[in-house]
Amino acid sequence: MKEIIVDLKAVGKSFAAADGTPRTILDKVDFTLREREIVALLGQSGSGKSTLLRIMAGLVEADVGDVLYRGQPLYGPARGISMVFQSFALFPWLTVQQNVEIGLEARGVAEQDREKRAQKIIDMIGLSGFEGALPRELSGGMRQRVGIARALVVDPDVLLMDEAFSALDVLTGERLRDDILELWDDEQISTKAILVVSHNIQEAIMMADRVLIFASDPGRVKFEMQISLPRPRNADSPEVRQLVDEIYAVMTAGRIRSGRTTEELEPIRLDYRLPDADIGLMEGILERLMEDPFQGHADLPQLAEDTDLTDDELLPVAEALALLEFAVLEGGDVNLTELGKKYVAAENDKRQSIFAKQLLKRIPLAAHIHHSLSQEPTGELKEEHFLELLSESLDKDEAERVLQVAIEWGRHSEVYSYNYNTGIVHLPDTDAMAVAET
Amino acid sequence: MAEQKTFFPRQVVEAGGNRWDWALLPLVLALLVLLAFGARQMATPYQVGAELPISLDISYLPYYLLRTTLRMFMALAASLIFSVIFAVLATKYRAMEKFLVPMLDILQSIPILGFLSITVTGFIALFPGSLFGVECAAIFAIFTSQAWNMAFSLYQSFRTVPAELAEASRVFQLSGWQRFWRLDMPYAMPSLLWNMMMSMSGGWFFVVASEAISVSNQNIKLPGIGSYIAMAIEAKDLGAIGLAVGAMLLGVLLYDQLFFRPLLAWADKFRFEEIGGEAQSSWLLTWLRRTERLQSLGDLFAKMLTRSFSLFRLHHDGTSIRARTAETSPVMARAWDAALAALIMFATWRLLTFILTEVGWSEVVHVFVLGFYTFIRVMLLIGLAALVWVPVGIWIGMNPKIAARVQAVAQFLAAFPANLMFPVFVVGIVHFHLTPDIWLSPLMIFGTQWYLLFNVIAGASTIPTELRFAARNIGLKGSLRWRRYLLPAVFPSFVTGAITASGGSWNASIVSEYVTWGDTTVQAHGIGSYIAEMTATGDFPRIALGIGVMCVYVMSLNHFLWRRLYRMAEDRLNF
Repeated sequence: MKEIIVDLKAVGKSFAAADGTPRTILDKVDFTLREREIVALLGQSGSGKSTLLRIMAGLVEADVGDVLYRGQPLYGPARGISMVFQSFALFPWLTVQQNVEIGLEARGVAEQDREKRAQKIIDMIGLSGFEGALPRELSGGMRQRVGIARALVVDPDVLLMDEAFSALDVLTGERLRDDILELWDDEQISTKAILVVSHNIQEAIMMADRVLIFASDPGRVKFEMQISLPRPRNADSPEVRQLVDEIYAVMTAGRIRSGRTTEELEPIRLDYRLPDADIGLMEGILERLMEDPFQGHADLPQLAEDTDLTDDELLPVAEALALLEFAVLEGGDVNLTELGKKYVAAENDKRQSIFAKQLLKRIPLAAHIHHSLSQEPTGELKEEHFLELLSESLDKDEAERVLQVAIEWGRHSEVYSYNYNTGIVHLPDTDAMAVAET
Repeated sequence: MAEQKTFFPRQVVEAGGNRWDWALLPLVLALLVLLAFGARQMATPYQVGAELPISLDISYLPYYLLRTTLRMFMALAASLIFSVIFAVLATKYRAMEKFLVPMLDILQSIPILGFLSITVTGFIALFPGSLFGVECAAIFAIFTSQAWNMAFSLYQSFRTVPAELAEASRVFQLSGWQRFWRLDMPYAMPSLLWNMMMSMSGGWFFVVASEAISVSNQNIKLPGIGSYIAMAIEAKDLGAIGLAVGAMLLGVLLYDQLFFRPLLAWADKFRFEEIGGEAQSSWLLTWLRRTERLQSLGDLFAKMLTRSFSLFRLHHDGTSIRARTAETSPVMARAWDAALAALIMFATWRLLTFILTEVGWSEVVHVFVLGFYTFIRVMLLIGLAALVWVPVGIWIGMNPKIAARVQAVAQFLAAFPANLMFPVFVVGIVHFHLTPDIWLSPLMIFGTQWYLLFNVIAGASTIPTELRFAARNIGLKGSLRWRRYLLPAVFPSFVTGAITASGGSWNASIVSEYVTWGDTTVQAHGIGSYIAEMTATGDFPRIALGIGVMCVYVMSLNHFLWRRLYRMAEDRLNF
């Protein structure tokens, strides 16, 4: 067995919610990072993978459990652990050279030595010629190169990458990723282990020796997969496609129970975390699914490629479609139901009424809002009532987000409406009156 | 050729510098001589009671201008040091923050003259037999008009340092010292400089009051523009006032061109936003950057800074026991809170008993009524100024060519001390037998209305082009165009301007509700004139009462009106 670098034992972390009760972000997570391995953490947003990365970086302190780096307890950022940030985190007032040197400067490395080491890494990472430029003069891809050079120049033991490519366009991100893998595989860098946090499934599979999938609420490792394919890997090879399919299946499973169209779906709870799915996108996906080559059935990775959506964008939509019984998710595939087909074929008015019916039938929160409003003589209620209800089990931001989704869906189907300025949810006929007034 | 060089002394051959160095040399030397001369004059012997001669002769004006400017820059330096200490303490220690931030909030709503009347005797006692004590009192008074907004701006910037940058500085093991110079200070620089400029303008406004000190029947006039104006007012010499205005304009122009423009242009590299914001340009900075000698001076500073980094660096990392944060005991935190609360209650009780025994309830009520008059005046004036400047500002802001030029003029006007206009008003009021209650009011907004103007200009110029096209395309016209498009678009920046204007107007009320011209005094009913009158007679309990009541008004206005409007604007009316 290779030597352990970072060791997490039963690590837990919680933050105080709005009402003061702790909300668990990470629940008893065990994790080891060993020499010569690249590990990828996948999971939906809010699943605690970023928090786990920050615990290893020493930026966040765990509430319970042990965090060990090379056998020593970790209280803060360690010299041997370097990090690449999602939004680059470059100092805009320092030149590329100064940005790269900052870690060495902080350590008190002499100027000449500093320049030599920085120059070496700048050449290696493909930044030569830009030493005197300010970050604002560079493109996103070049900026992240600076971020990577800055992390590598201190010869780190461990390199942490927090969604390092997600702010870049796909091509640039892929090129940068391949460059790093090349440095790693040729052992041009002394880094002993890389940890990648990502929401891009393909990216994780292309890079990692081991993929961990996080489940949310509370955050824990749901699934672990070893990948022994040799690098460089080909994204179009059947092996990689197979793995991508498998992970899609894992990630869509569990949240929505898959089943046959004829079977009754298990009802969801009132405080269910409704997925952040844009209605325009839902309709677009439904229509796309009807067309060639899908004809009502699609492989999720293929659909993602076809629609140019990231996994972060596609998965919530898929979940929403399943929630509303427009589609069924099964083993990384999405299949339209009869209802879904009917919806696509219908005109706007008909679509709206189908959506309204499904909303009231399948989403308890929407049904509850509608039910409460229809008991009010004015047909109006403050949003706070529903926020309070949701806050009992969700944290404040999440409660607001879930209510916003419910409001968005209700508005679209004219089940109820909402006034942003007053924060009042109301039945649609009063809305018409309000419009007439102004 | 190369060998020949070796025959010459090193200084001759390798003497750095190019023609830019030579061109700049006289300027640098002249500045040094002036500074030395001015500074020496500050510490001349002086006995309380002795008359300091102030001449209205024009030949003295440059000297007075030098003295005043020197005083203001010293106050600015003091403000800078204060701001850094304040911001570092308040951001670093939670316990200090709880105490310091409300403290500053109160301090900044205390009218500047209030400080002067309380501190001047102490400063004189500190340096017996020297003019330096009085100088210190004047500098301190100017300091109080400059420091607070700088301190707040710095504190705000330190608090809002982008999270990822803060994380990066921790991951890359920056020590507190390194972080301060590499992250905190650069990030805070643009808004700090902007506030320094505002402070400088604010300082001019109170120069007259701080140089011609007349507290507790002591009448000291320090050599300076302020005293010159005070003398001119006593002598009813409008011509001299005109000269003083001219000198002041020259002074403002000089330090704007020689000090702030170069600094602003230099600070452009610290801008955090990637886009937007026009770059300032400065001929002097371009010039300086072309010199060799002066450049090397800058490099030397940078070198010293980096050398200090290796001195003040972290010697341990996150695996050392020293990185372990000790649990903060909730008992200690609560004890601190309790101590603060007790202190506040004790102070309030002392203040109340002091005022009540010396003054009595009816006077308190009377002062609150006076405060209400001033309140009405401030609100009305801001309303009136808005009626004028909002349309003008929108029009200017939407014409980029005009905007650039007007912006410069408006900034200049804001720096121009409005109190120089006061004599004109007094002459007018006396001559036409006008009601002071109405006709003195415009003076309050005179200096602060510009904030409204250039905030609205800034707001209007950021209206997205596509929205403009859309509005034109739909054919929005008349009141609909204003209600649905223009007014909501500039509302957030209007609120920002109005907050500044309102604060400034309250402060200005002390000078503008009680105006003298020779032996005629024109007075409006209001809390400002109350404070000014009590300061003139040296009645401490009543000064304290007036200041206290004004604080209550300003703070509740901030809390109940401006902050809410601001939050609303932030929340709903943003692009």
